[in-house]
Amino acid sequence: MTATSATSASPTPLGSTPAVELRTSTRSAFGALLLRDLTVLRKNLKEFIPRTVLQPLLLVFVFTYVFPKIGQGVGGSSSSSAVFTTLLVAGVVATSVLFQGIQAVSLPLVQEFGYTREIEDRVLAPLPVSLVAIEKIVAGAVQCLIAGLIVFPIALVVPATPVHLSIQWPVLLTIVPLACLMSGALGLMFGTMFEPRNVPMLFGVVLIPITFLGCTYYTWDALEPIRWLQVAVLANPLVYMAEGLRAALTDVPHMSLWAIYPVMLVATAAFTWKGIHGFTKRVID
Amino acid sequence: MSLAPAPERAAPAVDPDAVIQTTGLTKVYPGDVLAVDGLDLTVRRGEIFGLLGPNGAGKTTTAGMLTPRVIPTSGSAHVGGLDVVARPAATKRLIGVVPQSNTLDRALTVWENLYFHGRFFGMGAKAARAESDRLLERFRLTERSQAPVMALSGGMAQRLMVARAVMHRPSILFLDEPTAGLDPQSRIALWEILGELHQDGQTILLTTHYMEEADQLCDRVAIIDQGRIVALDTPPGLKASLGADTTVTITAEGDLKRLAEVVRDEIDGSQGATVLDGKVLLTVSGTTGLLPAVVHVAEQHGFPVTDLSVHETTLETVFISLTGKDLRE
Repeated sequence: MTATSATSASPTPLGSTPAVELRTSTRSAFGALLLRDLTVLRKNLKEFIPRTVLQPLLLVFVFTYVFPKIGQGVGGSSSSSAVFTTLLVAGVVATSVLFQGIQAVSLPLVQEFGYTREIEDRVLAPLPVSLVAIEKIVAGAVQCLIAGLIVFPIALVVPATPVHLSIQWPVLLTIVPLACLMSGALGLMFGTMFEPRNVPMLFGVVLIPITFLGCTYYTWDALEPIRWLQVAVLANPLVYMAEGLRAALTDVPHMSLWAIYPVMLVATAAFTWKGIHGFTKRVID
Repeated sequence: MSLAPAPERAAPAVDPDAVIQTTGLTKVYPGDVLAVDGLDLTVRRGEIFGLLGPNGAGKTTTAGMLTPRVIPTSGSAHVGGLDVVARPAATKRLIGVVPQSNTLDRALTVWENLYFHGRFFGMGAKAARAESDRLLERFRLTERSQAPVMALSGGMAQRLMVARAVMHRPSILFLDEPTAGLDPQSRIALWEILGELHQDGQTILLTTHYMEEADQLCDRVAIIDQGRIVALDTPPGLKASLGADTTVTITAEGDLKRLAEVVRDEIDGSQGATVLDGKVLLTVSGTTGLLPAVVHVAEQHGFPVTDLSVHETTLETVFISLTGKDLRE
């Protein structure tokens, strides 16, 4: 090896680090981790967009364009078809946001914990391990937001019958960030719980029931005739996201916001706690 | 969320020149597996310090406790004067780590791996860009700057990991088995790099089970077995401690334990003999007339010698004489 005249290592002076400087370095390290994740997102846009768009696009296309056109299925009469189209908007956006949380946080984490061990290097960044985990949630939430913003116009434009929006801005501006953070936190929790070989289980056994029983294609109120199901789905975080977005975007009947906000806040905190706990356990012996 | 609180500890006597200081450092894994057992260690500024021992001796666990990824069960560890357990985040600013496995960021290019590492450690965009360019040049990776890290050979990936680890000018550089799995040429290239960093004043702690690596690179070596330090000195000092400059490996038929006793007792200048892997290892000072004497003594006692080899005392010999085991075990 040919050494240049410059030296690479004039070691940092020893001694303790002043607290203020440490706070600054924690903040800049957190920001840099976020910058890294967003750079990777930008580099991977070509994969991010199709994987985000395709499923909701097909769902909206089949249910709200094809079905009404061929006179089949959901709704039937043009008025109930219009109601369905409108209630589906919130459901589709909520599902996309939740899926993005899993895809942006859980799947990379499962890999990094599993065989690449890249996470070991991220854990050496100069900030507490809990903040490395929280950064994953924040980066995930940003991707969830982008996914929601991409999918929303699709749900508006594709349907054959018009969508009736009635936007409640205060609700929208609080529910959307909360839904994104909750999805990121859920992604962190799942990412620390599943081994690479169990990822098909995550999709097949966890996410599919969450989606189908998440008040995506129907409102929670509408489950009234099946009381046991109406109670059972309360354990599903997607229900609150879909109903919350319904409250924010449409006049469709929805669950009380007095239930939606507290549950989402508590669930986000619980997923975050469990996620940080699992993350720390995986990287610190 | 914070890590487990640090237990009360007696303050260790401060060595002003120490970059690493551990007192009674111990790690017990669940199931009562004692990985590291009361380690007292001081690494001084500017030295290359080696932890030499076989796989499972506790080297990686020790490095893990000093680079706060493993929480000690008891004892204390200070790096750069900071209590590693109480202040893990602050400690991480002072250390550079090259772990055993490739932990390069696969989503980024070679250059970006360095750039973002610099940013993690508080460098501005401009400084991180300049430093990334400089380090790639220094570590002969400039041509691969825009390549994905998966396209690097093992030796290149290892060089990039070292470049990354020194980018934020750590007080101490940790390398865990840095040349395990590298081809001989890449190993020598890495040794050269570490030698240059050492000349620049970089303090280095490396773990290895290659005795040549410890012998060639390290100012001081701690031989570690079953979580304990069994000897600690400079490589020449360790070898001199045997009082022997030559090792004879005898392959013979019959009761080898008995043969070991015979040669130990009857060969002039013998310092000890042990049986390992179906052979007798005899350590001796002085080589004059040695081989004929060994053959003679062995055959006199009814042990037909089938093979005989002589080599200089190495750290491996020291390890074997201290533990009765092979480094490769």
